[in-house]
Amino acid sequence: MLKYIGRRILVLIPTLLAVVFIVLFIMNLTPGDPGTLILGEQASREEIEAKNEELGFNDPFPVRYVNYVVDLCQGDLGNSWKTGRPVMGELLSRLPVTATLAIGSILIGSIVGILFGILSAVKQYSFLDFAGTTIAMALASFPGFWIGMMLILFFSLYLRWLPSFGAGDLKHFILPWITAACPLMASQLRMTRTSMLEVIRADYIRTARAKGQKESKVIIQHALRNALLPVITIMGINFGASLGGTVTIETVFTLPGVGSLIIEAIRMKDVPLVTGATVMLATFFALIMLVVDVMYAYIDPRIKSRYTRK
Amino acid sequence: MENSKKVLEVKNLSAVYNTEAGVVKAVNDISFTIHEKETLGLVGETGAGKTTTALSIMQLLPEKTGEIKKGSSIMYNGDELIGKSQAEMRLIRGACISMIFQDPMTALNPLMTVGEQIYESLDIHNVNNKSKQELEARVDELLELVGIPAKRKINYPHEFSGGMKQRIVIAIALACEPLLLIADEPTTALDVTIQAQVLNLMRELKEKLSTSMIMITHDLGVVAQTCDKVAVMYAGEIVEYGRIEDIFDREKPHHPYTIGLFDAIPSLVGESTRLKPIDGLMPDPANLPTGCHFNPRCKQCTEGCKKDGEMYIYRDGEHMIRCNLMKGEGK
Repeated sequence: MLKYIGRRILVLIPTLLAVVFIVLFIMNLTPGDPGTLILGEQASREEIEAKNEELGFNDPFPVRYVNYVVDLCQGDLGNSWKTGRPVMGELLSRLPVTATLAIGSILIGSIVGILFGILSAVKQYSFLDFAGTTIAMALASFPGFWIGMMLILFFSLYLRWLPSFGAGDLKHFILPWITAACPLMASQLRMTRTSMLEVIRADYIRTARAKGQKESKVIIQHALRNALLPVITIMGINFGASLGGTVTIETVFTLPGVGSLIIEAIRMKDVPLVTGATVMLATFFALIMLVVDVMYAYIDPRIKSRYTRK
Repeated sequence: MENSKKVLEVKNLSAVYNTEAGVVKAVNDISFTIHEKETLGLVGETGAGKTTTALSIMQLLPEKTGEIKKGSSIMYNGDELIGKSQAEMRLIRGACISMIFQDPMTALNPLMTVGEQIYESLDIHNVNNKSKQELEARVDELLELVGIPAKRKINYPHEFSGGMKQRIVIAIALACEPLLLIADEPTTALDVTIQAQVLNLMRELKEKLSTSMIMITHDLGVVAQTCDKVAVMYAGEIVEYGRIEDIFDREKPHHPYTIGLFDAIPSLVGESTRLKPIDGLMPDPANLPTGCHFNPRCKQCTEGCKKDGEMYIYRDGEHMIRCNLMKGEGK
């Protein structure tokens, strides 16, 4: 198992090299140069050229790529063209907010989604099932900013229970959590329901019933565990995606998260910041998927034996 | 035999599936009795209603579609099962009546060790409050009983072969020493050499534990090896019922379907180049033919067979045949 994890982490290296290449290459195709960006339009031609030369912008693309990778290996993501501050610091300053938002919304979305997914599957075609899937569809369909604004209207303006903006204590996160959890809840509910329906019809579920096992235990001990794999996958993908920041939610609740940082960087063509953020997100995503795969192995002994045999 | 205790008495059992395509009459008014230590063979083609009969006894028909019709009666040890609540049935399932399912590949939970799955069965019906150690010891004992080393109880189903999985399924079914064991085609999914092993094992265990059994199969060879009584099912009805000596005695009168089944077995002696199947297909259970359900495939079908009405029932002791052709043979 450890060997497998080690190998997966090694595979991460070429993945990241490819990610860096693609991002730098695409950014290279777009117009604009750091000199102008940093010194402004008013600066003289010579000053801009000098700045470009200093930042290595005039080197051929392969050279810049190799330089970037060499820096990356030393943990240096370069300096932002916009602010001149290290990219790493910029990202790390925004990460706690985004991570808090992502973890909270994933927890809420998964717990509620899985719970109602199970109920929907067990009581298939009942009123509960119908209501659950319909509400889930509705929640997934409403745009996040709309849900966010409605929550602000009700809980912040009308009831005055919760703050509507900023990122102070956890109280500030309750509304963003709920807003971000809505689409996650919906996808989790659908996935759990489908997966459970498939498993509930399996022969071993009938065996468990034929043993005289209680229905609640049949569902939780036998069915749920078998239905869990796709559910965990969705959870992992959702978590990875929400670490990239959810711009609309950050905007609605004026949270200083990674999402708005990246959007800003793209708009300003701040290449080091965009690349650094992408590398960070790709790493997170790969690591989360690794965790998902390791969880697979702990849930399903057949997968575990496949990992260890190699 | 006649005086020994009746373990199961099924009377006028009818079960249907309410589907979108219509009402599927899977089991139509069947009756049979099983005494202590007896084995009844339920024989018939795929779709004859054998498994539905078994699931009806277990009260495990699919909740939304399956339905046991009014007037049906299933008596277990003098106790009516129909109308029992799920909670009451749970005490019977696994403890009094156990079932072995057709496909051992899918009948075991892939995420639990086989030991856990046997333990579960013991734990559910642990009326004597035995300790965990005692139950674990019983798990070991059961595994050894079906010929699997007890140390393998920590293995998962995918680490066993098909035949071994079926042995484990058997161990689960026998864990609480049920009075009645329903084996739903226990050997169909296994290859021939393993079939014999599993059948022998079941016979031995049945003797040892003095369990009664319903053996569901479409294999007359299996019936000959294991059963005391046979019920031949066709389109949800028992068309012929009798002691094994009656059914396998070709001198005695038989239902044309039973004759067809025997003729379909390729002979080992004499020259036969082609198999002799029964022409035609099992009728659609949502749309059964009028009169005798076998009439479209019966070579000796008369006009009377196609009309609705009481079927002639031939009786000779326990031997029963549901066929109009038997009118001349009757006593």
